Amino acid sequence: MALKTYFSFQEIQHDLQLGNLSCLDLVNDYIEKIHSQNDINAFLEIFEKSAVESAKLVDQKIKSGKAGRLAGLVIGIKDNICYKDHKVSASSKILEGFESVYSATVVERLLNEDAIIIGRLNCDEFAMGSSNENSAFGKVKNPLNKKMVPGGSSGGSTAAVAAGMCLAALGSDTGGSIRQPASFCGVVGLKPTYGRVSRHGLIAYASSFDQIGPITHNVEDAALILEVIAGKDEYDGTASSVPVKNYSALNFTGKAKIAYIRECLENEGLDPEIRSKINDTIAELKAAGHTVEAVDFPYLDYLVPAYYVLTTAEASSNLNRFDGVHYGYSSPNSFDLESTYKKTRSEGFGPEVKRRIMLGTFVLSAGYYDAYYSKAQKVRRVLTDKTNEILTDYDFILLPSTPGTAFEFGQKSGDPIKMYLEDIFTVQANLTGIPAISLPMGKHSNGMPFGIQLMAARFEEEKLLAFSKLMISLTDIKESSKAL
Amino acid sequence: MDTIYDKYEPVIGLEVHIQLLTRSKAYSSDANEYGNMPNTNIDPISLGHPGTLPKANKKVIEHAVKLGLACNCHITEVNQYARKNYFYADLPKGYQITQDKTPICTGGHITIKNDDGTEKQIFLTRIHMEEDAGKNIHDQAPYHTLVDLNRAGVPLLEMVSEPDIRKSEEAYKYLTEVRKLVRYLDICDGNMEEGSLRCDANISVMKKGSTEFGTKVEVKNMNSIRNVQRAIEYEIKRQIDLLENGESFPMETRNFDAVTGKTHSLRSKEAANDYRYFPEPDLQPVIISEKYIEQVRSTLPPLPDFLFKKYVNQYGLSEYDAGVITDSKSIALYFEDLIANTTNYKAAVNWLMGDIKSTLNQEALSIEKFPVKPAQIAALIQLIDENKISHTVASQKVYPKLLEQPDKSPYDIAEQNNWLQQNDANSLNEFINQVIGKYPDKVQDYKNGKTNLLGLFMGEVMKLSKGVADPKLINELLKKKLEE
Repeated sequence: MALKTYFSFQEIQHDLQLGNLSCLDLVNDYIEKIHSQNDINAFLEIFEKSAVESAKLVDQKIKSGKAGRLAGLVIGIKDNICYKDHKVSASSKILEGFESVYSATVVERLLNEDAIIIGRLNCDEFAMGSSNENSAFGKVKNPLNKKMVPGGSSGGSTAAVAAGMCLAALGSDTGGSIRQPASFCGVVGLKPTYGRVSRHGLIAYASSFDQIGPITHNVEDAALILEVIAGKDEYDGTASSVPVKNYSALNFTGKAKIAYIRECLENEGLDPEIRSKINDTIAELKAAGHTVEAVDFPYLDYLVPAYYVLTTAEASSNLNRFDGVHYGYSSPNSFDLESTYKKTRSEGFGPEVKRRIMLGTFVLSAGYYDAYYSKAQKVRRVLTDKTNEILTDYDFILLPSTPGTAFEFGQKSGDPIKMYLEDIFTVQANLTGIPAISLPMGKHSNGMPFGIQLMAARFEEEKLLAFSKLMISLTDIKESSKAL
Repeated sequence: MDTIYDKYEPVIGLEVHIQLLTRSKAYSSDANEYGNMPNTNIDPISLGHPGTLPKANKKVIEHAVKLGLACNCHITEVNQYARKNYFYADLPKGYQITQDKTPICTGGHITIKNDDGTEKQIFLTRIHMEEDAGKNIHDQAPYHTLVDLNRAGVPLLEMVSEPDIRKSEEAYKYLTEVRKLVRYLDICDGNMEEGSLRCDANISVMKKGSTEFGTKVEVKNMNSIRNVQRAIEYEIKRQIDLLENGESFPMETRNFDAVTGKTHSLRSKEAANDYRYFPEPDLQPVIISEKYIEQVRSTLPPLPDFLFKKYVNQYGLSEYDAGVITDSKSIALYFEDLIANTTNYKAAVNWLMGDIKSTLNQEALSIEKFPVKPAQIAALIQLIDENKISHTVASQKVYPKLLEQPDKSPYDIAEQNNWLQQNDANSLNEFINQVIGKYPDKVQDYKNGKTNLLGLFMGEVMKLSKGVADPKLINELLKKKLEE
């Protein structure tokens, strides 16, 4: 007997409290739902043994009244987050079969609060992509329309949550990899402030951009998960010691001052239906007494190029370690050290990863460093200053999550530039380190969902989440498409 | 007569790698120990496992600032780490964390003493922090190279001199000073054989009077200071011989062979790697405040150069003695402690360089293991100075007893063994009377002019006093008695 599909952790906690539900039933039910929707290809592996074991343990803890804050939360993790004694591959052949010898800080913190990790989720290889077509283990389908991409790179995570294969998921966001697929799959996706969540145990794509964040059906669950995983960490020197606030309080009082970026809304690549929905939202917010004003940000054209120069530079170095010498795939066709490097990396990496390694190697090489890397660093500083300026005058910046809704497989994979422009509205938050959330706005006439994005100043997650909750109640934005 | 070699002036710059004495590695909590079983000091960070991040060891910064202050360097305020990218089997991350544009120390100098007593300053370009690589072992398995990663991530300082060195002897003296300094500062054990101090030499020659440097050759693999000198001598001769034959030679890296005393080509500099340095995004820049610098300065031990000058100029020690004492920090510290307890500097030097040194040699002891505290030696000196015991008694009787009972006061030892000088005239006159009574014939001879018999009488009196009488007093009293 299949259980009903849960759309919030509160419902699950409620049923667990009443005793009509056990964690073991819940885990078994999710496992069934994963199997029955195998064609979506969201999960690379179900951690059946450890998930069932922890479900039993958490059930006992609930009985004895010693359960943690996340008891009953069944969560999937993107396949670039390490979990001790479990496989992790970053959806790459180069790490096929590799088992992590330690757990990521986020995993430790989830487990400490009795969350149950049900498996690892498909994604673009090394989190590089916007459609999940770059996984070495097959593309992920959008559960709302299987001809469509789920977005990327955390496409497995958003598809799994949207399809009810787990209540929540962790993704990682380097240039929109949580928010863009959240928009495509109709779920909530939060990218925290850079440094809010420890990256220890996250397989690096671009170190100064990457952040782990929650993917959920609603703001409450996102806030609760963030509260658990955020905070300083001795294993990550870039994790901030700014205190973790009571994010799950979700209490926004007073009136907000919101800016929307004129250039974003006027961008000719923006789908007209999404534009008009945003305009409606602005009107609704104003009607509720909030201030919403247009601001100029004449730098839109610089966002994507600066992002790709810097992230590929960092990636080209971060991916050096996958060399066939110490762990992971090692080419059986190699005969000495040099051929081990060349063959392992040629055979182990997929085409998009290779493209980005080559781009990054180029922009860092002698003679090109100043023209590309240094210049992009300068652009990043200007973008950060300008964004911070806006956020000193305004509480939030409102903008679309994506230019359009989910597209069909193959539609953009032949043209990297087109694919890279998918990130135009999301990379600003990563370049400048600020938190951003994509909230499901509803459905396009083409049947697919799309998101609206809110950004706030660094470490203002408390305000951002509280206002997200408020905004949902004010407008007709729907939390989670509940499409199934 | 001038030879062809006198027509040229060598130009030498040295790069010294200083392996730091820290409990843990530069960026992980692995032990930093030499001589353990291969691959035992390796956590996932040292292994460069996916998702691991470096965490900076603060001790490395402290050591670097110490060395910088000791060399009168400018200490950099904002220290950025950088990645140096290259592939090698002993480098698990595929990059080395080092510093590029912001070395922690710039400028400064090392002072060496020429044979004629004058001083020369060898200026420093920079000192920067970096991590060591592992070790490839080629001779343990017939078909494989084995990799030991115990050393991977061990902290290093790289100290780069200006091309100020003109002779191999100067290089020898420079390295001797550097080694002495790092040992004084307690930041490195200075052991070149074990590789904790390593030196590469950049060598070129130019015609005397020329201002243009010749082609530079880098020589590696010298495992003693003496071998650095030998390698430089060989290389200077090789380069001049080639130039005199009208031949040119390439800019290259050469290896020194200690058995043959020759250098041979390792690799060409033209084919140099492009290391694609860029700022390390996983580590926040380290800000070094004036306050911190002053705090470190206050912990600096007295340095050899300072002590040498103090001993010669203030305490009137010979340059030789001052040199021997300051050659080793532990000897110098013992001496410092000694002269804090006595102002008889001459006696202090004599004891240290005489009796103590020969004990150390005989017992093969280091001064740290020498059982007698400086204050005890000072007390012994005081007993002599106060005429309570003679130098002979101190050296031959009290000192050996002190070695057995290092905590007993020298006075108590002398007193309990009746070695205190008997300086009261009554008891001495008693002995004198006995001796005179024993040798009436000799007394007559003396009175008849055989005054050299005085020595015999003195010896007899001394014997009766068991060797502890004050010889001056005996002499005085005896003469008086004989001439009555």
